Amino acid sequence: MEVVYDIPLIGWLIQFVVYVIEVMPIIAPTIIGAATPIALGALCGFMNERSGVVNIGIEGMMLTAAFVAWWTASLTAQLLPGGEPWLFGMTPALLIGLVAALVAAMLVSLVHAWLSITVRADQIISGTIINIFAVGITGYLNLLVSRSAPPSAGQFTRWNPPEVLADIPVIGWLLDALLSQGPIGLGLLVAVIVMQVMLFRSRWGLRTRAVGEHPEAAETVGIDVVALRYRNVILGGVFAGLAGAYLTIEFGNSFQGEMTNGRGFIALAALIFGRWTPLGAFGAAILFTASEGIQRAVRFGPPEGALGDFLASVPPQFYSAVPYLVTIIILAGVVGRSLAPAAVGKPYTREKRERRRPEEPAEPATAATEG
Amino acid sequence: MTKDPVTREELHEEQPPQAAVPEQEPRGAARARVLLRQVLLPASAIVLSLVVGAVIMIASSPLVRGDIDLSLPLTAYWALLNGSLGSFNAIVSTLVQATPLILAGLAVGIGFKAGLFNIGAQGQFLMGALAAATMGVATADLPPLIAIPVALAAGMAAGLAYGFIPGFLKAYTGAHEVVTTIMLNYVAIQLVAYVISGPLRGANVTFARTEAITSAALPVIAGRDGHIGLLFAAVAVPIMAWMLFRSTLGFEIRTVGANPDAARYAGMHPRLLIILALSLGGLLAGLAGATEILGQVRHMPAAYATAVGFDAIAVALLGRAHPVGILFAGLLFGAMRAGAGLMQIQAGIPVQMVNVLQAVILFFLAADLIVRAIFRLRAAGVGVDEMQTITRSYGEQTAK
Repeated sequence: MEVVYDIPLIGWLIQFVVYVIEVMPIIAPTIIGAATPIALGALCGFMNERSGVVNIGIEGMMLTAAFVAWWTASLTAQLLPGGEPWLFGMTPALLIGLVAALVAAMLVSLVHAWLSITVRADQIISGTIINIFAVGITGYLNLLVSRSAPPSAGQFTRWNPPEVLADIPVIGWLLDALLSQGPIGLGLLVAVIVMQVMLFRSRWGLRTRAVGEHPEAAETVGIDVVALRYRNVILGGVFAGLAGAYLTIEFGNSFQGEMTNGRGFIALAALIFGRWTPLGAFGAAILFTASEGIQRAVRFGPPEGALGDFLASVPPQFYSAVPYLVTIIILAGVVGRSLAPAAVGKPYTREKRERRRPEEPAEPATAATEG
Repeated sequence: MTKDPVTREELHEEQPPQAAVPEQEPRGAARARVLLRQVLLPASAIVLSLVVGAVIMIASSPLVRGDIDLSLPLTAYWALLNGSLGSFNAIVSTLVQATPLILAGLAVGIGFKAGLFNIGAQGQFLMGALAAATMGVATADLPPLIAIPVALAAGMAAGLAYGFIPGFLKAYTGAHEVVTTIMLNYVAIQLVAYVISGPLRGANVTFARTEAITSAALPVIAGRDGHIGLLFAAVAVPIMAWMLFRSTLGFEIRTVGANPDAARYAGMHPRLLIILALSLGGLLAGLAGATEILGQVRHMPAAYATAVGFDAIAVALLGRAHPVGILFAGLLFGAMRAGAGLMQIQAGIPVQMVNVLQAVILFFLAADLIVRAIFRLRAAGVGVDEMQTITRSYGEQTAK
């Protein structure tokens, strides 16, 4: 092996791959833990953008949900103390906090849906408003609430998969890392698979794709574009809510101002990198956080020889910047183009009958839906 | 509805090119009426945001005062006003806060005029600040007359370069500027963290920051901290207004923004104009960063916490992308930032209330139908809703 590593460049590459494979079982739990909120945020973006609504407000939705989950759980814990922890360390307080976070994120999504679908305001502006508002209101309330130093309601605990799983050769460590998670982390795995199947195999998926690619055509076959967009955007809020709640009642148990720290934007990047599919976005989230995971591994146990010296000399900030740089490169079409749904960002105006040009034959299907 | 008004959406569809040339400036009384309408809508949005802010303050007053306090908003807004306009130093402080907002607001605004959403003002601001800090530290031994222009030029050049990247990608690969600029913002944060905590870290500092900027620091000309950089904003606004509305370049930029196809038929070069608009925006945002570092902070920390680039989006939207509108919007937001400290001290209202107010103003501008319904304003004339749909699509193909 040492001989192979001495080949210039290719040797380094091989050694690097071997090194990553060696450390992966150790850093996998960290990577998956960090990837969960990003993948959930990306699912929120997926629900929006597949139906033709741009959402750059994922960050704000997550932040709002994170605060609401933590605060509600804390308030409930003060009112309903005790309670025997149930599966996953679930207490009434945590459960109510989770529900409150979902409701809050859905309400914010409703505002986004109203602005971008009904008002037909610019969707990027709508997202910007959500982001600014979320930073403001959560920072404002957090400072006020923190004056009385409210107790934390704790957090969900992880599931311990049976030993048998971890003992499976080759993929045992992966299964163990994927399944050693709390309810939200496990929920993500289910959601990714369900959404992926639904998108390409269900009636809802077909309709959503139609509305995202060509709403006018969708309308002519009787799909209610506005209703479907509303439903998808609001349901997307559920995922943003889960992402926020994950930060304050599963991964951690406290809230700090602006704690989402750009995760909502990385989620957007993951969505683009994953070509607007749930499975792709999940993979992208893993890939993005792997860059940070490898940085940590290099810090604690760098590979031997020149490669180790090189990796250790790369500034840690570079690893953090990798996801963003990769997204720009992908978007520029340098390595495989990633194309957005065609109608994304365009407000939909239902065609008015009077406006139809005379040479166009009247579509019976449209007449039926409008009547 | 007898005759369909030509909506903006239609302008973007396959229309004869002449339909999309920017509208002529109306004259005399008609012009005054349009101006009034353009001012009324933002003004109403501001009033409504203060009402919403008051409701939030009253609702949260048990947390602030321990009991429902109906007078809390009055106390808070009075402190906000005092802190921003109450004394000479307060006014200077408002101007100091407003300067980077106006410069960066112009950066976002010129993008809007060209039909581009430049979310990257934050990254361009940071790069400008970083370059200015680098040169500011490097020129410590030179006289200010040389050091200041060098540092400022470095800031502008860095901003320009950082604006050029999304412009080039947009023009030649079709990569949407919203996504690339967001990504570049985060790359800039990491780059700043690396440079300041690595090669540029000062010798005798406890936390990662550069040496103090001495020779290149902008001289104070008014009050406690009114540095000469205030003049940059004052100069940039008329220059940009002239450039956009009186020069051929401005006409071409506005035409590309209104209808790229029409611009191409008329013999303009949309690709070059897109690159130019974003690069010029980068230059302005870079200048804002340089001014802030050289005039206000006078060193650069590795974790330089600033939101100027994001607030600039709000400023540009409130100012309707017009340089004069951006001037007033920047002054308003600058005043809020300047007074927020006093508001926190005197009324116990956290400074983040300012963000809430800004977001609510934008909300009412975006959902202007609410404002019009409340204040019974007539629908604004052509030109006011110039920014209804900037984002036509992410997946938009390369400009030709």
